Amino acid sequence: MPSLTLAAQLLHVLAAGLLMISFAMLAQRRTRRLIVLLAWQGTVLTASTLLVATTAHLPHLYYSAALTLVEKVFLMPWILLRLMRRLGIEGDSDPLVNIPSMMLVGLGLVIFAFGLAQPISSLATTVTRQTLGIAMAVILLAFLMMIARHKAVTQVIGFLAMENGLFFAATSTTYGMPMVIELGIALDLLVGVFIFGIFFFQIREQFDSLDLHQLEALKED
Amino acid sequence: MTILLDLVVAWLVLGLAGLLRSHRIGWVAYTLFPAGALVALGIAAVGFSALTNGFVVERAVLPLGLPDLPFHVRLDALSGCFLLLLGAVGAGISVFAAGYFRVGEGTAPGLLCLQYHTFLASMAMVILADDAYLFMVAWETMALSSYFLVTTQHRIPEIQSAGFLYLLIAHVGALALLLCFGVLHGGSWLMTFDAMRGATLSPAWAGVAFGLALFGFGAKAGLVPLHVWLPEAHPAAPSPVSAMMSGLMLKVAIYGLLRVSFDLLHDGPWWWGMLTLVLGLGTGLFGAVFAAVQTDMKRLLAYSSIENIGLIVAAIGLAMLAYAFDMRLLAALALAAALLHTFNHALFKSLLFLATGSVLHATHERSLGKLGGLIRRMPWVATLALIGTLALAGLPPLNGFVSEWLLLQAFLTTPSIPHAFINMIVPLGAAVVVLTAALAGYVMVKFYGVVFLGQPREPSLMQAQDAGWLERIGLAWLALGCILIGVFPQAALDLVAAVTRTLVGSEVQRGPAPWWIAPVARMQASYSGLWLLLGMAGVIAVMFVLVRRMYHGRMRRTPPWNCGYPALTPRMQDTAEGFGQPIRHMFGPFFRMQRELPAPDDLAPRYRIQIDDRFWHGLYLPLARATGWLADALSVFQRGRLAIYLLYSFLTLIVLLVFVL
Repeated sequence: MPSLTLAAQLLHVLAAGLLMISFAMLAQRRTRRLIVLLAWQGTVLTASTLLVATTAHLPHLYYSAALTLVEKVFLMPWILLRLMRRLGIEGDSDPLVNIPSMMLVGLGLVIFAFGLAQPISSLATTVTRQTLGIAMAVILLAFLMMIARHKAVTQVIGFLAMENGLFFAATSTTYGMPMVIELGIALDLLVGVFIFGIFFFQIREQFDSLDLHQLEALKED
Repeated sequence: MTILLDLVVAWLVLGLAGLLRSHRIGWVAYTLFPAGALVALGIAAVGFSALTNGFVVERAVLPLGLPDLPFHVRLDALSGCFLLLLGAVGAGISVFAAGYFRVGEGTAPGLLCLQYHTFLASMAMVILADDAYLFMVAWETMALSSYFLVTTQHRIPEIQSAGFLYLLIAHVGALALLLCFGVLHGGSWLMTFDAMRGATLSPAWAGVAFGLALFGFGAKAGLVPLHVWLPEAHPAAPSPVSAMMSGLMLKVAIYGLLRVSFDLLHDGPWWWGMLTLVLGLGTGLFGAVFAAVQTDMKRLLAYSSIENIGLIVAAIGLAMLAYAFDMRLLAALALAAALLHTFNHALFKSLLFLATGSVLHATHERSLGKLGGLIRRMPWVATLALIGTLALAGLPPLNGFVSEWLLLQAFLTTPSIPHAFINMIVPLGAAVVVLTAALAGYVMVKFYGVVFLGQPREPSLMQAQDAGWLERIGLAWLALGCILIGVFPQAALDLVAAVTRTLVGSEVQRGPAPWWIAPVARMQASYSGLWLLLGMAGVIAVMFVLVRRMYHGRMRRTPPWNCGYPALTPRMQDTAEGFGQPIRHMFGPFFRMQRELPAPDDLAPRYRIQIDDRFWHGLYLPLARATGWLADALSVFQRGRLAIYLLYSFLTLIVLLVFVL
């Protein structure tokens, strides 16, 4: 690999951090810790967006970094923590698959994502093109987390982590999406979390639990 | 253009104003609906001026819609023609509706007012739209607002299922239209109609686009086999809504068909016209035959609408056929017949649906078997309905005759088409048109005779009240339209001349006077409505004078001869079933009949017959069963566990990514 600029190297470090956090989320049992990890993921994302903005001189990325900071680092975790307190759910949530085998599947996914990103990143012209593989790995890992948990709150966290990965993919390949779309997605996420919150209350009301096993009763025969 | 858009907005504002005091019938009915009628008149005036001003095309871009995808509107002769129709007929229906809607019949009047005016405004926007985006938005608004109007009495299960069927077919049709526009842009990805006019499509893709348009607009217009929603939705809807759907909405579908097949697509091959012609003729005959055996007055009118749409579409098909062979004059004649029949059908079918509404309110009876003799109780409605009935039956000097006459002239001059196969088919088509028109006459004799003539079949009919003055004005307005077009046919032809000139580049030969048409030649096939009217009036006056003054001069009222049988009851009159029996017999293979005959020793004999649509059992029910079966087969995947659902998405994602790799 040819020598990289300082900015590109920093970006790689941040991307690696993002991937680490994803793995940490995959391994984390406690919901409260998961939310903190999500906030950290948002922080890293903000930092990387800022870095891209300064190196590529793209003013609109400053706005999207600010948006990420406000929404993903403070607002969403705050809402989720509040929700947890209101719902009175704490403690562990055992994954459906045990954690070591999940880590192995996750490793496989990362390799797959890198293989997938190879032809695309060789086409891209941005300074950040190498990080596409990581972004895709983050998306897939978040998806895996959603599959493997059976508490409703962790599903939402997985969903938000997936969006983080998408956002990272957008900044790393095309220097971010148009502002309109970014704003739209931010709003969608916020609304989504609110709707989830309402659903949680409804689910608990109906089943006295937030365990998704209960939803199997809804299946029609 | 600004005035026009203001008027459309005025409709929406009136609709919203209905919500202010939604339960006050005085506010909604006596203020908002008449105001809506005035707006409709304004729209008609704008449409009229667009037609008479010749070929000025007005365009505008609205500051609405998505970023970079604004709404385009355009007013040309074709849209002017249909706006005139929408406004003129809509005004009559609105005035009638002002006297018709009451509290306590399903939806609150204010909400009804909103749905009603949204429906009108969306139809105007469909006609004005100049890009696929606005067109589809307005089209769907039209479908949804009419769905809510149909299900006004949504607590009745039959009405729910009728509404569902309507919504289903409307959506399948809209889907076809969406795909059609997706083909029409020809790879330019521009959604304006201007881009579609300029696009060059390969013949195969143009054929696909035309087929999709015919399917989509046919679903809305009620072409066989997509007609099944009409006989269900029309009886379910309140009468002014039936009138709007039959009189206006089906016409908007005709507008769409004309817009796509003549304006957006051009130089179609002759088989497009042939396909349209055959579909139209089949629909016409089908509708007429089924109308003849109906026993519910609104179902009867619904089938009659199918018949008339069939005739209109057949005329359009003939115009396309002639245009494909570059016979401009003939194309113009057929197209003028189609447009005039569109106008005529809007007028008389709305009139008849509104009249059934008055009858329904007066008697609470929709079944023909329980009506009768209403001409004595409801003279106003009976007289005005008679005009509509005669017009629908295609009798001179009313408007129905004019368009059917023009259509036949067009058919009879077609053998000059340089194609042997078509020359063999077209005379058959003329025969089918004549048969359809004759059956329509039969149907109308049945409709009018059973509802208004004879003796009341039920004692409760003696209490029937005539319609109120607002309803009378609405009916009279539409009847006046029927008479005017019938008596001054050339004036109507002059109006649509601008449309035929823009679409096929020619117009029908002008007659010598506004009341005198001569579409082919002065000496051949010319017809003067006014002279005929004067002649008929003269003959009647002479006969009246002869009989009343010179022959005996007195009037006797005596009971009719009762065949020597002393105990005649009104139930012994010819019924709707009895009147339709010969048709049922002759066209037996058309129907799927279930008959229950009484046994010879039955003390309380009952005769029951149920007539179903073969399409329903042959096409729709198997389709529904197949869908159900497929859904059952797919329900294996429904495990009820969220993790498994997520796994499905995950695996799909991975597979797609591998595919990319």
